[in-house]
Amino acid sequence: MNTFFLIAIVVLIFLVIFQISKASEYVSILKGEERSRKHDNKINGFLMIAFLIFGLIGVWWCNELYYPKTLLPYGAASSQGEKIDTMMWITIVITGVVFFITQILLFWFSFKYQETDKRKPLFFTHSNKLEIIWTGVPAITLTILVVFGLKYWFKFTADAPKNAQVIEITGHQFGWEMRYPGRDGILGRKNYKLIDAAKNNPLGVDWSDAASHDDVHVPTTMHVIVNRPVKLVINSMDVIHDVGLPQFRLKMDAVPGTPTTIWFTPTVTTKEMAKKTGNPDFVYEISCDQMCGKGHFTMRGVIVVESQKEYHDWWIKQRPEYLKAKEFITSANTASESNKTVALENQGPIK
Amino acid sequence: MNNEEVLHEKPLVVHETEHAAHPHHHQSFITKYIFSQDHKMISKQYLLTGIIWAVIGGFFSVIFRLQLGFPDQTFPFLEDIFGHWAKGGRLDTEFYYALVTMHGTILVFFVLTAGLSGTFSNFLIPLQVGARDMASPFLNMLSYWFFFLASVVMFSSLFLQTGPASGGWTIYPPLSALGDAMDGSKAGMDFWLTSIAFFIISVLLGGLNYITTVLNLRTKGMFMTRLPLTVWSFLFTAILGVLTFPVLLSAVVLLLFDRHLGTSFYLSDIYINGKILPNEGGSPILFQHLFWFLGHPEVYIIALPAMGITSEVISTNSRKPIFGYMAMVGSFFAIASLSFLVWAHHMFVSGMNPFLGSFFVLFTLLIAVPSAIKVFNWLTTLWKGNIHFTPGMLFAIGFVSLFISGGLTGIWLGNSALDFHLHDTYFVIAHFHLVMGVASMFGMFAGIYHWYPKMFGRFMNNTLAYLHFWISLIGAYFIFWPMHYEGLAGMPRRYYDFSNWESFKMFAGLNEFISITAIVVFAAQFLFIFNFFYSMYKGRKLTERTKNPWHSTTLEWTTPIHPPHGNWTSEIPEVHRWPYDYGKDGRDFIGQTEPIGAEETKH
Repeated sequence: MNTFFLIAIVVLIFLVIFQISKASEYVSILKGEERSRKHDNKINGFLMIAFLIFGLIGVWWCNELYYPKTLLPYGAASSQGEKIDTMMWITIVITGVVFFITQILLFWFSFKYQETDKRKPLFFTHSNKLEIIWTGVPAITLTILVVFGLKYWFKFTADAPKNAQVIEITGHQFGWEMRYPGRDGILGRKNYKLIDAAKNNPLGVDWSDAASHDDVHVPTTMHVIVNRPVKLVINSMDVIHDVGLPQFRLKMDAVPGTPTTIWFTPTVTTKEMAKKTGNPDFVYEISCDQMCGKGHFTMRGVIVVESQKEYHDWWIKQRPEYLKAKEFITSANTASESNKTVALENQGPIK
Repeated sequence: MNNEEVLHEKPLVVHETEHAAHPHHHQSFITKYIFSQDHKMISKQYLLTGIIWAVIGGFFSVIFRLQLGFPDQTFPFLEDIFGHWAKGGRLDTEFYYALVTMHGTILVFFVLTAGLSGTFSNFLIPLQVGARDMASPFLNMLSYWFFFLASVVMFSSLFLQTGPASGGWTIYPPLSALGDAMDGSKAGMDFWLTSIAFFIISVLLGGLNYITTVLNLRTKGMFMTRLPLTVWSFLFTAILGVLTFPVLLSAVVLLLFDRHLGTSFYLSDIYINGKILPNEGGSPILFQHLFWFLGHPEVYIIALPAMGITSEVISTNSRKPIFGYMAMVGSFFAIASLSFLVWAHHMFVSGMNPFLGSFFVLFTLLIAVPSAIKVFNWLTTLWKGNIHFTPGMLFAIGFVSLFISGGLTGIWLGNSALDFHLHDTYFVIAHFHLVMGVASMFGMFAGIYHWYPKMFGRFMNNTLAYLHFWISLIGAYFIFWPMHYEGLAGMPRRYYDFSNWESFKMFAGLNEFISITAIVVFAAQFLFIFNFFYSMYKGRKLTERTKNPWHSTTLEWTTPIHPPHGNWTSEIPEVHRWPYDYGKDGRDFIGQTEPIGAEETKH
């Protein structure tokens, strides 16, 4: 009933508009087309300047409402992000100035030079001087932006520092898996053909590579140490995903068959950020930013940025995946491999 | 005229007198309205098909905006329309992505490529260069019918049990290559690929025709430097299309091979749905390169015609010559050439070589220069003019405003360091909807309102047009301006629901506002649609006095009110001047066919 009522109202509104519009056309013919055309012209000219004024107020108001909800007021949570924010501000200022100048000119000219009988339009076909100015100025400004941009771009995409903590993150429909290299600092080899969840090997780690034996697998949540560079080695099992880290201002695709990397230095712990934003539930979220299927919007991961001590407390509770998968390995692997595993276990518990 | 000296172009004299001898050959309903070879009728076919697709594509956006704006509510009427895709009045997630994908595909390819450049290239090129028809009317007809075929295939995919393609309009493999990855990648993706293959053939047939016609069929005296900017823009659009669409075809064919013949062009190391696939050695990034090699020029294929139309409409209604004609042509050329060198700026975060990426940053920001020149030239054209706010002019001004707003954010996104943060967020959505989506729609509306009298010999209703314009302009800003803020918060695109995300859920209120505005703006488009069809039969007729309603200088207004097949009943007029002699020597306008007087000032 409600729906019908709504449809009836909409149809009625349209009918009224059509009738008025038709009537106004008849009136204009009776009144003299030229006169009513000029009348309409005045109205539209006035609306141009009104649109400009209300538009500018709207821009300011929108900013009041939504700027606090963006990430900018709290600053970036990584040292790379801080630089990206700096660059963003430079770009905001430059494009902002151009935006206001051109929009104001556009609507102000439209209003000011609306048709009157008095004005003879200026026959002005070109001016080399003007054209050189507005080719040259944008070209120089954009060069500045390119130089800044590339300077940071090369910095961000350069090799990670030596002391960076390496963590592997693998995307799949629809979740994230983290893998830590363990004590040796080396991630064991993987082969997607070895993936077998039933044998406790959901990542397809090649157990014949001894470097894999101390690797720790953690689903969904990544723990990192504040102020220590982190290098992410990004994998995908199935389709393209993307590791989106809004608070750190970074993202990188996860491409099946082609590992990618990014590195960053988190500078604010999760707890500090929760205080800063005034949101006690705050967590750093990893959002999948590349369309990956029907569960795309649920593909959530978490990064916990914490102090060295908190990290250590968490780390000692982790057990290598190898230990969980071991019972399936002995039968499948050669004798020499099993010998190695025994040797490893004899070294005592792994931190 | 100075302009001629820059491009030393010899005029080509083409007189198809044999056509003129018998212009009124008999036509049946089928040859006149369906399998027509008249460029004017073909252009109307394109326009009509474009409008139908625009309504469908727009309607889809309204449906998925309902989900985004009101994620907690159910809308029982959705189940009435979509059946099992909206059980209990709530969109299925898979179907939500299908709607998003179809919205993008339809709007980009069927509305803003076929509907815009198909309509106006067909309609205006022969009329404005002074030709009786396209170089090959038969290929022109085929071009439309391939588009029609593409439309039929795409439309039928909406009724598949597993639904239409749903991996996003960019159809990145492996998602689009594997039926196991999502339902839309089953039969729906085959339909999508087939449809686009037909569409590419259509674009190529049309484009070759446009290029040939502009180069070879100009009337006597119509040097290249006397072409209206509309024709220049259609020429560059066609060149872009002819050079880039075949690359998309190769991408499509390889994807079909991967899907059905067991090849591994795009596939490697995949474990999906508990299955280990045998494919090794392919690269999904290859597809992205092939796709965006078309994909980015495609943006200019959409934008250039709108720019050409805007230039023409602004000059005519300011009663002033376009400022910097040669700079306008030059910037078209610069945009068209640079657009081939920017494609990988869509792939900054795909793990590409950063050194390679730096070139794409450079060229992407460089392309802002010709765009800036165009904006400043439009502004200067308005300056000291005597502006007539015809509906076409309003939409042209709206185009400039939206193009500025959306274009400036391109400078953010083209800079790879910023793209690191903003890639695939709502900032991107805001950017491209403003600069090529809504802006080009505005260019299209400007063209329709401006040339409607020529197309149908009748006027559209002005009051409805004014309402249509103001609601659309205000609505476009209401919808897309606040989205920049969502993007600055890192809110990702193509999400069905944000309520489980600590980082993004604070925009629920804004999303609701955007959705409501989108519904209102969509409804307002029916003011246009009603106006369009109503005026076709009931609009005020053009008379001999109002035959050239906007007092334009260009050739199309020298044809009879209802031009026959062949356009001019007598000889094709000869051209003596450029198309922008408005307000010269105290005269309101001087048509291109008027010889240059002895006392006329030079410019």
